Amino acid sequence: MALLEVKELKTYYYTLRGVVKAVDNVSFSLERGEVLGIAGESGCGKSTLAWALLGLVPPPGRIAGGRIVLDGIELTKLSEHDLRKKVRWKKVSMIFQGAMNALTPVFTIEDQLAEPLMIHKGMHKNEAREKIAQMLKAVGLDETIMKRYPHELSGGQKQRVIIAMALLLNPDLVIADEPTTALDVIVQAQIMNLFKQIKKKYNIGMIFITHDLSLIAEIADKVAIMYAGKIVEIGSSDQVFGNPRHPYTQGLLRSIPRIRSKEKITWIPGVPPDLVRPPPGCRFFPRCKYVKEQCRKEEPKLKEVEPGHFVACHLYG
Amino acid sequence: MPPIRVRGMTEPVVKVRDLMKYFPLRRGLKEIITMKPKRFVRAVDGISFDMYIGEVFCLVGESGCGKTTTGRLITRLLEPTGGHIYYKPTREVASQIPEKCFVEDGYVDLAQKLPKHADKLLRREIQIVFQDPFGSLDPRMKVYDILKEPLIVHKIGGSEEERREIIYRALSEVKLVPPEQFMNRYPHMLSGGQRQRVAFARAMILKPTVVVADEPVSMLDVSIRAEILQLMLDLQANRDLAYLFITHDLAVASYLCTKIAVMYLGKIVEMGPTDEVINNPQHPYTKALIAAVPEPDPKNRFKIREVPIKGEVPSAAAIPPGCRFHPRCPYAMDRCSKEEPPTLEVKPGHYVSCWLHVRK
Repeated sequence: MALLEVKELKTYYYTLRGVVKAVDNVSFSLERGEVLGIAGESGCGKSTLAWALLGLVPPPGRIAGGRIVLDGIELTKLSEHDLRKKVRWKKVSMIFQGAMNALTPVFTIEDQLAEPLMIHKGMHKNEAREKIAQMLKAVGLDETIMKRYPHELSGGQKQRVIIAMALLLNPDLVIADEPTTALDVIVQAQIMNLFKQIKKKYNIGMIFITHDLSLIAEIADKVAIMYAGKIVEIGSSDQVFGNPRHPYTQGLLRSIPRIRSKEKITWIPGVPPDLVRPPPGCRFFPRCKYVKEQCRKEEPKLKEVEPGHFVACHLYG
Repeated sequence: MPPIRVRGMTEPVVKVRDLMKYFPLRRGLKEIITMKPKRFVRAVDGISFDMYIGEVFCLVGESGCGKTTTGRLITRLLEPTGGHIYYKPTREVASQIPEKCFVEDGYVDLAQKLPKHADKLLRREIQIVFQDPFGSLDPRMKVYDILKEPLIVHKIGGSEEERREIIYRALSEVKLVPPEQFMNRYPHMLSGGQRQRVAFARAMILKPTVVVADEPVSMLDVSIRAEILQLMLDLQANRDLAYLFITHDLAVASYLCTKIAVMYLGKIVEMGPTDEVINNPQHPYTKALIAAVPEPDPKNRFKIREVPIKGEVPSAAAIPPGCRFHPRCPYAMDRCSKEEPPTLEVKPGHYVSCWLHVRK
């Protein structure tokens, strides 16, 4: 059985302007030891998807349908109390966007890291201290950092503390939402190396969310491309990068400048649609160069174009 | 008559020499009473480079290396602490500037105090595009008024019709067509890419010779970045223009720029033609930067990336002695922590500041 099974998940924001369908009928599964990369432009619903997995969609949003099954437990059926006691941080932890600001400035690193251990595991502070020291070492930090306050650490060190915090309770699933956006290139490469080591060492599932396809290629085994609240292409990373089928994926890959190639980069004209009133049919058709009559009327379903490689596009099938 | 010279492609349009900008740090009461010396953040600490018409000159570096400060010094949004910015004005402007402003060969030193009207004329020639198109356009002004403001300030176009004509042309040039459709919109009614186009139109409307583009694509979605980069090249193709492109992204730099200067803690550590710097980097810092750039190749997931340098950039308020890179450098020698390395030309046009390249 898969570690995580998401079926037809819908997460909508009920605003005064109308219903924003931020995540609309998204399905995927994830095995233990696998990294799923989710890529898409800003506003495509990738962060909302992450919040939905933790049951933390900010109001006026909520999960409007579908199922999330983690390790046999149906998260969508749990009460808020059970979610907090049994799931969050114990089973699913998250590395939030802008993790630089995720630490409290008024507590030392030790106090902050001890909290989840004391509350969830009922550990005494001294036991917790030992566990924290181990974890800090695992993410490449020195023990002495325990007594420091967040403002005494550099950006990269803070990010490592956040990663240590996410791994503290040995969760089954770690969600990382744009974990390196605020970091410099060199620090980013160091943090990506840390993620690779974690992937090797701990047998956990990981969801890596970013707008940067190059970073996804660095870590993900499986890639899902999101556009306007839907997954338009999903497959192994060799399939998606080596043989992209959806016009949006192709466009995205052609828009990335590469350091050693002078190949001309192109762009996708137009802007993503308003999710209150998405276009009928395929949501990408106003920007697509292969658009045909069918695309304006009928919504394409995800179809398997090769084993394990699904594309939602009328060009195929 | 002032000495007017035709500006050729062979002469730099901007010559920056030993440019410096120190920001004073606030002192505590105790420090003031005990008469401790003033401390400074040495944001830009003596840099020199040349810019030519038709070129895209790129400053790359990590955050806090002084690249944005350099851009602001050249547009004179900041007063330099020391050094010179020699600029060669166009013939039209040169004829209106008093002779005493010229230093040599038709260059004006922008770092010196200039008479007011000359100053205004020169400011017109150097424009800037900011990083954040959401913050750099006034949300309460329509696109038309945003573009009209520089015309009013510099008294260009006599009548309203004439100005409207200029604004029309500027908007079509940045491909916001038809212009009537965009003129009456407010910035919030535009997408990020369209806003950045307005920002470029605003910079170009005064027909500048130098445009500083400070991370113009870093806030935009990946799928439309190429659109703005192409726009920059198209704008340059039709006029005499030099770009100073500021970025932290080496991949974008190598795609767009003709020359690259790598900055570290307020100094240029390596500078040269793009292909030279990317394919034949000489400074250990440049090598590390290039090694750290992720590439969209899924094979990378199986290997740990070799990042030869450790740690993070130290604070610009406490710059290490000697070579400022030595605490992170894998090849650091005794000498590096004591003396600052000289800048050497390793190949024609390719400069490096590193003791490794100094012959004993």
